[in-house]
Amino acid sequence: MKKIEAIIREEKLEDVTDSLTALGYPGVTISRVKGHGKQKGVTEQFRGRKYRIDFLTKLKLEIVAEEERVEDIVETIVSQAKTGEVGDGKIFVSPVEEATRIRTFERGSKAL
Amino acid sequence: MKSFQELIGRKSLRKKLTVLTVACLLTLLFSLGSVVWAKSGDPSGAATIAAEADLAIDYVWVLISGFLVMFMQAGFALVEAGFCRAKNVVNLISKNLIDFSLGALVFFAFGYALLVGPDSGGLIGLGQPFLVGSSYDVGEYLNFFWMMVFAATAATIVSGAVAERIKFKAYLIYTVFVTGLIYPLYGHWVWGGGWLANLPFGGGHLDFAGSGVVHAVGGFVGLAGAVVLGPRFGKFRKGKPQAIPGHSMTLAALGVFILWFGWFGFNPGSTFSAHELRIAVIAVNTTLAAAAGALSILLLAKWKTGSWDLGLGLNGVLGGLVAVTAPCAWVEGWAALLIGAIGGGIVYGGMSMLEDWGVDDPVGAVSVHGFNGLWGLVAVGLFADGTYGGVTGLFFGGGFGQLVSQLIGALTVFCWSFGTGYLMFKAIDILIDVRVSPQVEVEGLDLWEHGGEAYPEMVRKGGI
Repeated sequence: MKKIEAIIREEKLEDVTDSLTALGYPGVTISRVKGHGKQKGVTEQFRGRKYRIDFLTKLKLEIVAEEERVEDIVETIVSQAKTGEVGDGKIFVSPVEEATRIRTFERGSKAL
Repeated sequence: MKSFQELIGRKSLRKKLTVLTVACLLTLLFSLGSVVWAKSGDPSGAATIAAEADLAIDYVWVLISGFLVMFMQAGFALVEAGFCRAKNVVNLISKNLIDFSLGALVFFAFGYALLVGPDSGGLIGLGQPFLVGSSYDVGEYLNFFWMMVFAATAATIVSGAVAERIKFKAYLIYTVFVTGLIYPLYGHWVWGGGWLANLPFGGGHLDFAGSGVVHAVGGFVGLAGAVVLGPRFGKFRKGKPQAIPGHSMTLAALGVFILWFGWFGFNPGSTFSAHELRIAVIAVNTTLAAAAGALSILLLAKWKTGSWDLGLGLNGVLGGLVAVTAPCAWVEGWAALLIGAIGGGIVYGGMSMLEDWGVDDPVGAVSVHGFNGLWGLVAVGLFADGTYGGVTGLFFGGGFGQLVSQLIGALTVFCWSFGTGYLMFKAIDILIDVRVSPQVEVEGLDLWEHGGEAYPEMVRKGGI
């Protein structure tokens, strides 16, 4: 099992989840996060005075899937979340040791 | 037996003693006022209208204009709330509520009597407190209503300059002083037949609707407050001014439109008569100045910062309005436009200048009301064209007379309001510490001073 963490633009959420649904995927958890990459935030202005927004709002999708599904899911996310501009986000994949379905106490990939 | 010290040390007893003292003072004032209980007024209005039926339209005009001026309180509340942070909104609205409510009562008690009462030595009016006796009269009540909504406007201007760090208790004390003393005395000098009105240059010091009396007084008492309080945490980092963005441009913009609308009562209503058809010119001049103020500062902001800065544009509207408040009745449309456009520039320059001096004025009240109040007074001496009331300025062959009177008034209003304001805020600071503790300031005045927030879900729970 692998966990796919995708940090994407807020406005790309629907495109990504629609395509993932068409692809068929186990499920997703979404949270609103703040941070910055190489872009290092933006400058805004309030009544003539500039100020830095160091951390921008993004969405984080967490999907846990079986190993052979990971590449498809990552490709789908990239194809939908990409604009080609700085700030499109990143995807991280990491191993997951165990999963448990709370309702039935099923374990491993059956729990996904 | 407990000692007296122990007794008054008890909180509940001390509270009771305070209430008792205030009650005694009020009774004393009231009885002083009632000594001259001459029933010569016209409380029903029947005699007034019988003498001059035409007055009805003037009464309606003044009252409707006065209602509009009162509505400006809503505008001030929204501008200040919008330009400040969500954690202090309850505090800002509370200040706006209390400076009108308490201010109206103080002005009723004795402020009005000091402003319009029979002149004594050019310095002070000694009239009937509490509107009793001969003041129980429709004409007097009409005049009181008008003067009261103006006094409350001056009071509420200060709220923005001292925002996000003044103790609510200190603001209560301030309200009593400004509506009971600082505003009425200066108002008397200009509008109550005092020494400024009788200056021997030009037509004496002239301030049609109150660029000086209302706005400069509010602006410079506000400056005194901002100086005594010091800047908010985070306003200056290593000496460099920082932006502290307000929580709602929407509220700020709505507030400015309400103020603009209210100004149609403020300026045209100041003819105090619907028979002065000059009200049409005044209404147009008011609009032109506001529009020019907005445009000039927007272009300036675009040129200097690269952005069409809405916050500055809103301040520019108000700057133009304040600047045209004194000259609105005596100038032609193009002059009002010019006065407003310069007003927008003054707001821009004033705000950077104050920040360079290390003064933190969260909503720009000092630049909008203080600096533009002075500019409005000077503008009378320059642009008055002699078509109304015989007031003529420098550019229309009136010579330097009127300008000299205007400059003396401008200097006086600055010294008087900044001076008395500074002493008052210093005294409050010595008595009860004018500023909230660092913890209260950082966590927000709403929670600590008022027990709850304007947007509990947004602020406390962090949106999750």
